[in-house]
Amino acid sequence: MNQQSAKLAAIANGEAISLNEIPFLELLDFQQTISSGVNRGQRVSALFGAATAEPELTFLYVVLADDEENHLHVGRTEVKGASFPSLTPHCPQVHLFEREIAEQFGLKAIGHPWFKPVRYCHSWTGRDAWERPAEAAIQPAVGDFYRVAGEQVHEVAVGPVHAGVIEPGHFRFQCHGEEVMHLEIALGFQHRGVEKALSGGPDARSLHLIETLAGDTTIGHTIAYAQIIEALSHTQKPVRAQALRGIALELERLANHVGDLGALAGDVGFLPTASFCGRIRGEFLNLTAYLCGNRFGRGLVQPGGVGFDLDQRGIEEMLRRIEILRKESSDAINLLWENQSVMARFEDTGRLAETLAVELGIVGPAGRASGLMRDVRYDHPSGIFRFAQMPISTYDSGDVFGRAYVRWMEIQQSIAFIVEQLKNLPAGKVRLLPGALQSETLAVALSEGWRGEICQVALTDAGGRFARYKIVDPSFHNWFALAQVLRNQEISDFPLCNKSFNLSYCGHDL
Amino acid sequence: MIDLMVHLLFLLLLPPLLMGIINKTKAGFAGRRGAPLLQRYYDILKLLRKGMVLSATTTWVFQAGPLITLIAVLLAGLLVPLGSSPALFSFTGDFLLFAYLFGLARFFTTSAALDTGSAFEGMGASREVTFAVLTEPAMFFAFLVLARLSASLSLAGMLHSRFVALDYPGSVAPMVMILLGLFIVFLAENSRIPVDDPTTHLELTMIHEVMVLDHSGPLLGVIEYASALKFFVLGSVLINIVMPLYTDRPWLNWLMFTSGMIGLAFLVGTIESITGRLRLPRVPALLIVAVLLCSSAFVILLR
Repeated sequence: MNQQSAKLAAIANGEAISLNEIPFLELLDFQQTISSGVNRGQRVSALFGAATAEPELTFLYVVLADDEENHLHVGRTEVKGASFPSLTPHCPQVHLFEREIAEQFGLKAIGHPWFKPVRYCHSWTGRDAWERPAEAAIQPAVGDFYRVAGEQVHEVAVGPVHAGVIEPGHFRFQCHGEEVMHLEIALGFQHRGVEKALSGGPDARSLHLIETLAGDTTIGHTIAYAQIIEALSHTQKPVRAQALRGIALELERLANHVGDLGALAGDVGFLPTASFCGRIRGEFLNLTAYLCGNRFGRGLVQPGGVGFDLDQRGIEEMLRRIEILRKESSDAINLLWENQSVMARFEDTGRLAETLAVELGIVGPAGRASGLMRDVRYDHPSGIFRFAQMPISTYDSGDVFGRAYVRWMEIQQSIAFIVEQLKNLPAGKVRLLPGALQSETLAVALSEGWRGEICQVALTDAGGRFARYKIVDPSFHNWFALAQVLRNQEISDFPLCNKSFNLSYCGHDL
Repeated sequence: MIDLMVHLLFLLLLPPLLMGIINKTKAGFAGRRGAPLLQRYYDILKLLRKGMVLSATTTWVFQAGPLITLIAVLLAGLLVPLGSSPALFSFTGDFLLFAYLFGLARFFTTSAALDTGSAFEGMGASREVTFAVLTEPAMFFAFLVLARLSASLSLAGMLHSRFVALDYPGSVAPMVMILLGLFIVFLAENSRIPVDDPTTHLELTMIHEVMVLDHSGPLLGVIEYASALKFFVLGSVLINIVMPLYTDRPWLNWLMFTSGMIGLAFLVGTIESITGRLRLPRVPALLIVAVLLCSSAFVILLR
């Protein structure tokens, strides 16, 4: 490797590194290292601030993922005062991370091309990057939006209350007739302060906060959290637990992917797949409930292993049910690809070009549908995925069809994976209790949730408590891609594009 | 006299049932049990008993919209022959009134939508009138074909006489063509798939539903009832063209007519179950097909 990345410490997914082993760079050097790393094909998995004892001094940490070399680069720097020069003009991937740092620590990102709050909340430091008075309430989505002016240009505002029962978010369209010229998305309505609530942990609430970060990604997030605790306490989790976690993660993917394909069918008014998939999604959720008693897998993944074991009868029952579901989902979903009216709607709608996907750092099925070979299970395997390799499912069209078809390929792979794991479930215990956490250490954990890469980073203090807990949900990377693909699209195709990404509001808002 | 009474009864009471049949059909295709057949009646009765929320930005137009729509569609329902009954009243050129009663209904529905000042409702109104520009000529060409074949200028004469295809082999092709064209117009006018999706909750894709988003309570009930009525009235035109062979027994005629309407609802439900919706910019292409079918039918007939 060249010297640029040598400036950062290389670790693997699920590893801890002592804070004083993390290279300390000057701010400009730090930023240059990020942008040259990104230019060489690395991704910004996390870029976040951490407060120090001195109010005028803020540390910034970065986690760069190198998918080719299969490791992560960690580095840090410090910001003195109340502002820092923005890196976004040179490295678009960091645009939202910089806005987040600005909002949380009251640091102005000088030169940021679209400097707005992310979640519309008060900063943690008492400083405010937009100089809003500390006592005034901050309302989400209130403020200036990008505007287009001219004859026949009109503005359509959707949300935060929607016609369907979905999460709140505000969408501002600038339209010319039926054509969208620009879409700006304002979120933050679901901000609960999870990162702040986690600092000082781990305690009895921590796991539950993680489980409810994004309810549909409970397993994906809890696996990352468990990996953090295990890395910080040097716990070797039992191999049987690793397999059960893998099964649960894939069940979660199956339930959501099947549900998404059904919802996509519903959005174009194609009923058979919509109805069948709605039911099959429930059956997959029931399989997770069979494992642990909860349809969303709450309580299943525990630091040190899993909370529930599966006996021989249970394995056979799961295999029996999976075989039925394999056939049923294949029948229901293949109707989509055979139906001309559906394909006419899916193809060429909401195209995300590969170059744009790379530039924005898009993760998960949305990135893979644009041809990006990105999958944490393959690039940064941990747990069971070190033993059982998952092939990456990609497609090159980048349109709604691509995102739907990648889901279908992943459904087939996940079912095959679960069957294989169930048939060869290793013997042994399912949980070892983790010990105390190592002090003054940083741990990074990635896991491939069904929406894409989940990144969690923990910094511990001298007492082995969380000094800072950073969570990056895949939605944080991907919301901007939705806004981009809407350009020059029909506004009536927005729901379809939106559903093809199906991003999380609460995962973004934390 | 009895026929006229039955005409009125059927017109007033039957339409919500057809909505129930469509939904049952769709549920059947999807492997669901579906809502009760009479659900639409329950819905309308429930809505009529409810309170109403009126936006402060709206005027009397907002409230007049649904009522005028209902009256217009009811009047149109008196002009078409149903089953054994000729129209309740009929005169030369009444097909013009028939067509423009729907035009009036549309004018007030879209005006009520625009009255709210909402961006969604404006989009819905704009889509509705854009598509109407194409459905109207298709309907008129179809009426011209019927008028020429039946040598009558009233709906009762066009739809309720035994001229039909059988007497004159040259008329089979035009009849089939206007039937297809009118069926497309029928789907578009009633906001059914592939033009619009009556069950969607996605406000940005709607056409008809988005225009009534702000209506609630009794007014929404009126809208639901009027849209079922519109389905019934326009559907009866189709059924009259498909089944012009009326017998001497009134009860048999009514039975044929009713089963025809049920069959039509079943057909619509089936189409909605097996096809998706068209992309919105493609809808005009479908409607142009309807215009071409009906106009070509007229040209063939003139030769």
